[in-house]
Amino acid sequence: MKHKTFFWFVFPSAVAMLLFIALPIVSVIIQSVHVAHEQVVVTVENCGPFGCTEATMIDQEATEELRREKPLGQFAGLETYFDRGHLATTEVAAAWRVSESWGEFGGYLMNLPFYKAMGFTLAYTFIVTPLTIILGFMIAVAVNSVTRRVRGPLIFFSLLPMIVTPLVGSLILYWMIDARGIIGTALQMLVGDPTLSVKASTPLTWIMLMVYGVWHSAPFAFIVYYAGLQTVNQDTLESAMIDGANRWERIRYVVLPHLMPLTTFIALIQLMDNFRVFEPIVSFSASAHATSLSWAIYNDLGGETRQLSSAAATSVLTIIGVAILLSPVLVRTWRDFNRKAA
Amino acid sequence: MASKAQARSLPLRLFAIAFLVLWMLLAAFPFLWTLWGSFKVEGDFFSKADWAYAIFGTRTQVETGGAFTGQGYYGAWVQEDFWRAVLNTSLVCLFVVTISLTFGTLGGYALSRSTYRYTFWFLIIALIFRAMPPITLVSGYLPVFFQWNLWGHLPTAIIVLVAINQPFTLWMLHSFFKNIPKDLDESAMVDGCNRFQAFRHVIIPVMWPGVITTGLFSFLLAYNDFAVTAMILDQQNQTMVPKIASFLGTTQTKGNVMFAVAAVVSATAPLFIMIMFFQRQIVSGLTAGAVKG
Repeated sequence: MKHKTFFWFVFPSAVAMLLFIALPIVSVIIQSVHVAHEQVVVTVENCGPFGCTEATMIDQEATEELRREKPLGQFAGLETYFDRGHLATTEVAAAWRVSESWGEFGGYLMNLPFYKAMGFTLAYTFIVTPLTIILGFMIAVAVNSVTRRVRGPLIFFSLLPMIVTPLVGSLILYWMIDARGIIGTALQMLVGDPTLSVKASTPLTWIMLMVYGVWHSAPFAFIVYYAGLQTVNQDTLESAMIDGANRWERIRYVVLPHLMPLTTFIALIQLMDNFRVFEPIVSFSASAHATSLSWAIYNDLGGETRQLSSAAATSVLTIIGVAILLSPVLVRTWRDFNRKAA
Repeated sequence: MASKAQARSLPLRLFAIAFLVLWMLLAAFPFLWTLWGSFKVEGDFFSKADWAYAIFGTRTQVETGGAFTGQGYYGAWVQEDFWRAVLNTSLVCLFVVTISLTFGTLGGYALSRSTYRYTFWFLIIALIFRAMPPITLVSGYLPVFFQWNLWGHLPTAIIVLVAINQPFTLWMLHSFFKNIPKDLDESAMVDGCNRFQAFRHVIIPVMWPGVITTGLFSFLLAYNDFAVTAMILDQQNQTMVPKIASFLGTTQTKGNVMFAVAAVVSATAPLFIMIMFFQRQIVSGLTAGAVKG
């Protein structure tokens, strides 16, 4: 295809992505190195019958004008990145000096908003992704073993947790897990503690969010594995059996190697999606116990005072996180492409 | 056609069936439970006294006289103007899907036919964009949208969602177009068509299965989005998902959590119907690119 034709064909998508993805990234980076103007303070002398007093007051007009002239605020360099709300270098150094053990140091870190969000996001990503893959694989093998006639309805119901809006799906679970809901009551009976509330405890909240995560994304892994199982070479399986391979050896040496590329694909998609975990934290109102990077940005942006530079700094740090997470895949794709081209 | 390699022992089969029954319970029960509960009063949906109240609607009978009540739906749709959110969501989804697919088919087709190295870079950049959480972009939008008075309007949300959708749409359609033989459009070009005519007369008639599948996923993205729509739409133009989230803030304190339950059921119903009709396309879309790779 000629360069010019190619250009016109991709033009609309390219412009959309340039204007609404690439430029906003630049804008986010610029915002993150600026902070809002401080209010202009003037000193006025009030002279009354009892002598003169000096008072400081905020000059509203001058503040407005300054903000209008330079809407970005004042240049602050990397200040926002190192403040208490983000990398908190001073606090981390202080915690490092006073803490005696790793556990204590970790405890200090989890009190800093950025590390709290980072900690949960990473834990969520690296616990939910493997569990999703395992559960999805088990469902796929089970569905593949039953008669063809019931597979349609099975797939239909399996798709539900994944297709339903994350905010809505997590709300549905949240209401059931409420102390007055059916799962909440069942748990209280099982444990024998009528005051048990999942919402009130940090470890239980983490577990609940992760259970939701696995529930939500297992169907995706299931569908991909199920499709993969349909294409396993039957001849290879039979010849392995003739060669004396038992069931386990057939799975281990024929089926699993066939499914390996699919696992890479599922892991890649799941890492990307789990890293942005956000909606369940809103639905479960779990922010007191667990926050994520996306939630931290949302929290800065919402409400009366929009803290744009703080949100921007967290956004940049999140994007760097995504890049690190994705880099092995990118390097691999690059090698594959070069091999194909060569 | 059960080949011998697939034969399983009885205990293993029973285990598989038990596991599937358990999974079906996990996957479907929460939805059925919430659907049933949405026709009750709050005292039954959250019953401290006895969980069986939620099934038989004991408090509902006391409070309203029947075992079922539409109070939650009335409250959400009429009192809280949920219909407006439904209308907004329909508009957003319609336009996002149409525009995404128009841009995506053109771009995806070009990416599948060009053999130069820059296609690779284009796709890789799209992959990186796909990996970024959309909310990281929002703080980039807000100052500009405020400045130019674009904030809060539906068209703004639509174009933003289209852009966020593009990387995924491009990847998916690119892999669909790769499967359409090159000979098809190249022979049209030998017969004297230019590139666009070949696309228009030869490719468009055969591309629909791929386009429908991709369209379903763009629809889901627009329908399910919370991060972007919650931040850039004002109260008037709110779509369903942020509206449900705002119910939580305001109605939970008023004791009208049933409004939110009714709204949640209303928002789930279209998805339910969509899976019913398009199950095959959704499954093929999820596996496209994965199985071949």
